[in-house]
Amino acid sequence: MTTHYLVLSALLFAIGGVGVLLRRNAIVVFMCVELMLNACNLAFVTFARQHGNLDGQLIAFFVMVVAAAEVVIGLAIIVMIFRTRRSASVDDANLLKY
Amino acid sequence: MGETITFWVLAVVSVSAALGLVFSRKAVYSALMLGVVMLSLAVLYAVQEAPFLAAVQIIVYTGAVMMLFLFVLMLVGVDSSDSLVETIRGQRFWAIVAGLGFALLLALAIGNVVFGPAAGMGGVVTGRDGYMPALAAEIFTRHVFAFEVTSALLITAALGAMVLAHRERVRPKATQRDLARARFAGPQPSPLPGPGTYALHNAIDMPALLPDGSVAATSINRVLARHELEEGFAPTDPEKAALIRQVLEKDAARDADPVEGDKPIQVKDALQDENALQEEDGK
Repeated sequence: MTTHYLVLSALLFAIGGVGVLLRRNAIVVFMCVELMLNACNLAFVTFARQHGNLDGQLIAFFVMVVAAAEVVIGLAIIVMIFRTRRSASVDDANLLKY
Repeated sequence: MGETITFWVLAVVSVSAALGLVFSRKAVYSALMLGVVMLSLAVLYAVQEAPFLAAVQIIVYTGAVMMLFLFVLMLVGVDSSDSLVETIRGQRFWAIVAGLGFALLLALAIGNVVFGPAAGMGGVVTGRDGYMPALAAEIFTRHVFAFEVTSALLITAALGAMVLAHRERVRPKATQRDLARARFAGPQPSPLPGPGTYALHNAIDMPALLPDGSVAATSINRVLARHELEEGFAPTDPEKAALIRQVLEKDAARDADPVEGDKPIQVKDALQDENALQEEDGK
């Protein structure tokens, strides 16, 4: 069963990665990053059960905490960029390019 | 056996929801799909003897984080869909190729590993009262320093969000007196005409009629009109349709060039110009 869980986790991670590369809306990109973090958590929990100790669950717990902090800051930045540039598209924020 | 059934059901649900997250056009659908993925992952955690993480997943992710996402979506504008222009040529194709390759690589690597039977959490739980006391003992003994640092992280995040979202007031708040003055100085002191109410229609998308039977341009609901035009529900009355199109074009011209385009609704502008001024400062 462990293999199944890990393959599911890998699939979700890859789908999240494709989403980050494909989508242009900053919020959707952010959601895909969350999906990747969740996929990692699934792998951690699976390994915790495989090895019979709690370290994996602990790390998953800390990942969740850090992800929550990251979401708060990231969304605040998106809102700020949207306020000044009237767009949530990642293509439009290119002032540092030239 | 029960676990296998749960796994396969949830695996199908979560992978299809994840695909929906990536490929759905509207951001709100993406958010809902992400909620589905998170809920199914919570159940998978519960199945894998991690009840605390399952609860935290539902409370923190599906409860807090998803609501935050939805709130920001509402703030930024639900209809802000993706542009379909590729800025890098062939990026979409190669992104999908890279994703497939990565998934294949990971799946093959995992497939090559032979796992013994899972040890399970039984060994950890024995001698303690259950999963949660065992996890608490780990957090508050071996990882207590990391746990404390996390609290600093959370405080920093909360402070940072407040600083980032805060907007300095550059001029005093408009009082009722200022607003009344701006309103009477503008071309329309009265409220805008409401939508039309007729024997056949009392919907908000029906413009009001003037005494001579023509359509009152100021009563057209811009949001609904734009939506109807995009969805192809133009009004059957050709005069009305032409007028709506004209109003929308004027709006578009004003959006494109806010200085040169005329401003038909001054009252609203008077209320909004405070924000506009601050935005100009932001630029």
